[in-house]
Amino acid sequence: MSSPLNGLTIESIRAGLLAKKFSAEELARQSLAYAEAENPKTNAYLTLSPERALRAARAVDAKIASGEDPGALAGVPVAVKDVIVTRGLRTTCGSKLLANYVPPYDATAVIRLEQAGGVILGKTNCDEFAMGSSNENSAFGPVRNPVALDRVPGGSSGGSAAVVAQETALVSLGSDTGGSIRQPASFCGISGVTPTYGRVSRYGLTAFASSLDHIGPFGKTTRDAARLLQAIAGRDEMDATSAFAPVPDYLAALDGNIEGLRIGLPREYFDGLESETGDRVTAAVEVLKTLGCEVRDIGLPHTPYAVAAYYIIATAEASANLARYDGVRYTTRSAGANTLSDMYRMTREEGFGDECKRRIMLGTYVLSAGYYDAYYLKAQKVRHLIARDFAQAFEQVDAIVAPVSPFPAFKIGEKVKDPISMYLCDIYTITGDLAGIPCMSVPCGLTAESLPVGLQIITRHFDELTMFRIADAYENASH
Amino acid sequence: MKITEQEVRRVADLANLALREDEVAHMAQDLDCILTHIDKLNELDTTGVEPMAQVLFDAEETATLREDCERPSLSNAEAVGNAPVASGGYYKVPRVIER
Repeated sequence: MSSPLNGLTIESIRAGLLAKKFSAEELARQSLAYAEAENPKTNAYLTLSPERALRAARAVDAKIASGEDPGALAGVPVAVKDVIVTRGLRTTCGSKLLANYVPPYDATAVIRLEQAGGVILGKTNCDEFAMGSSNENSAFGPVRNPVALDRVPGGSSGGSAAVVAQETALVSLGSDTGGSIRQPASFCGISGVTPTYGRVSRYGLTAFASSLDHIGPFGKTTRDAARLLQAIAGRDEMDATSAFAPVPDYLAALDGNIEGLRIGLPREYFDGLESETGDRVTAAVEVLKTLGCEVRDIGLPHTPYAVAAYYIIATAEASANLARYDGVRYTTRSAGANTLSDMYRMTREEGFGDECKRRIMLGTYVLSAGYYDAYYLKAQKVRHLIARDFAQAFEQVDAIVAPVSPFPAFKIGEKVKDPISMYLCDIYTITGDLAGIPCMSVPCGLTAESLPVGLQIITRHFDELTMFRIADAYENASH
Repeated sequence: MKITEQEVRRVADLANLALREDEVAHMAQDLDCILTHIDKLNELDTTGVEPMAQVLFDAEETATLREDCERPSLSNAEAVGNAPVASGGYYKVPRVIER
C-alpha cells in the first residue's frame, strides 16, 4: 500500500481541493488510516489526533463549498513535534514526566498553521526535552529511520523527519537548538529548515535553551518547507524574542535563477567527515557551479570550539528551564515524597532520563559558584567569536554551503554509550544556532549503502530567501 | 579527574536531583569526559571579547514592550488542571513550615 500523500505537495493538494478532485476530509481520513497502519514500523508518532484533524479538514471543505479562500495550507496533513504544545492534545516532550500532560493552550506556530488550513494528524516522537542527536533518548522508545529501519532517524526531531520521509504526514514542525532539524532531515533524505533566530515565535515551544531554540519546518521539497515557514513566520506579541522584520514572499522568489551568487565553502567543515559524505557534498557544489554560482574557499576559524561552547551555554540554560519540573504543576509527583525537598528531588530523579540528568548536572555545574567565569562567561565570548566568523564571511559571500553531518544515519545503539561522540554529531550544525542565522538541509544524494546525505545551506540573518532560492534551484537541477 | 564524586553530590543537591549512588559514579565519569573536551576553550585568548548572551542582529529587534492592559487569561481550573495534587483552586504540596 502506498501513501495517500505519495506524489502530493502543498500546491497540488490545494489545486486538487479547489478542483473538487478530493475533499480535505477524505485526504485526512486516508492519511490517518495510513499513519496508524505504518507507524509501528518507525514509532514516529506518539499520539494521533483524528478528532482534531477531521474537524480542521471539515472546516477547509466548508470554506471551499462556500467559495472562501481555504488558506495557504488548505487540507495539508501536518505532524507536530511533541515539544510544541497543543491545547487539549497530550504533549509529552518525549519524557516520562509529561506522559499525561495535556496543555491548556496552543503554541503560536500551531495556531497559525491551523488558521492557514493545515490539518494536524498527531504529535511526533523526539529525544526527551529535545536533548539528543539520535531520538534514542525518548522515554517512549527510539524512532526507526524509514529509509533503513535498523538506523536512527537523527535527533532530536527524529519523529518529525521520519513521518515526512515515511509519508505519514506531508510536512511537519520540528525544533532546533543545536541541529535537531537539519541533522534528522539529512538522515531521512528530506528538507529541514532552521530559520533565523526570532523568525518564528517560540510561544508554546517547551523551553530547552532559550537563546538557541528555534521552531522550523520539514518537507519533502524546499517549496513545501518554505510554504510552511511562510505560514508560521513573523512577529508574535506572545514571544518577546520574535522578530519584527517583515516576512517576504518566499515562493515568489523561487525562479530557479541563482547565477552570480557568491558561495563560500568553509574549509573547517571538510575536516574529519566521512569521504562518501564529502563526495556527495562536493558533487552538489559542482551543480551549483554549473548553475552560475561563484564558489570560493572561506575560513570560519573558530568552528572547532563550537561544540564545547554550545554544551556550556545550552546546558546552563537547560538547567534553569528544566527547574520547573518539580512535582507541583506538571502531572507527575514522586509517590514516596513526604517533604517539599524530597518532592522536588525524587520527582526529578524518577522523571528525567539519563541525558536530561547529565545536561542538568553539567549546566548546574558550569553556573555554580567559582566556575561561572571559567565556563559560562568564556563560552559566551567564544560564541561571539563564532558569530563574528560568520559576519566576516558574509562580507565576501552571499551563502555558505557545507555538510550537515560528518556521516549518514548510524545504527541504533551505536553511539549511546559515549556522550561526547554523540555530541560531536552536531559539529557542523551547532555553529548556525550559536550565530542565530538561517540554515537548512537539502538532500544531495545517497551513499553506496543508499543512506541519504544532506547539503547544508547557510545565509545571513533574515535572508531565508537566498537560502530557499539556492536549495530550490539545486533540487530542480539534480532531479 | 576534573570533578570528584563529592562535587557531583553537591551539584546534584543544587539541581534538586536525588541521584542514586551508582548514578553518582557514572555521572562523575561522564562529566569528567565532557569537561575535558570543554577545556579546549582555554586555547583561545578571549581578552576584550564581549560575551554574547543573545543573538546579535544588525537591525533593532529589541522594542519588545507591549501596552499594559487587561486581557483574558487561563481560567483557574485550566491553570491547575495538570497539577498532580490540587485543591480548592490551589496547588497542593507537602507541608513547608514545620510547627
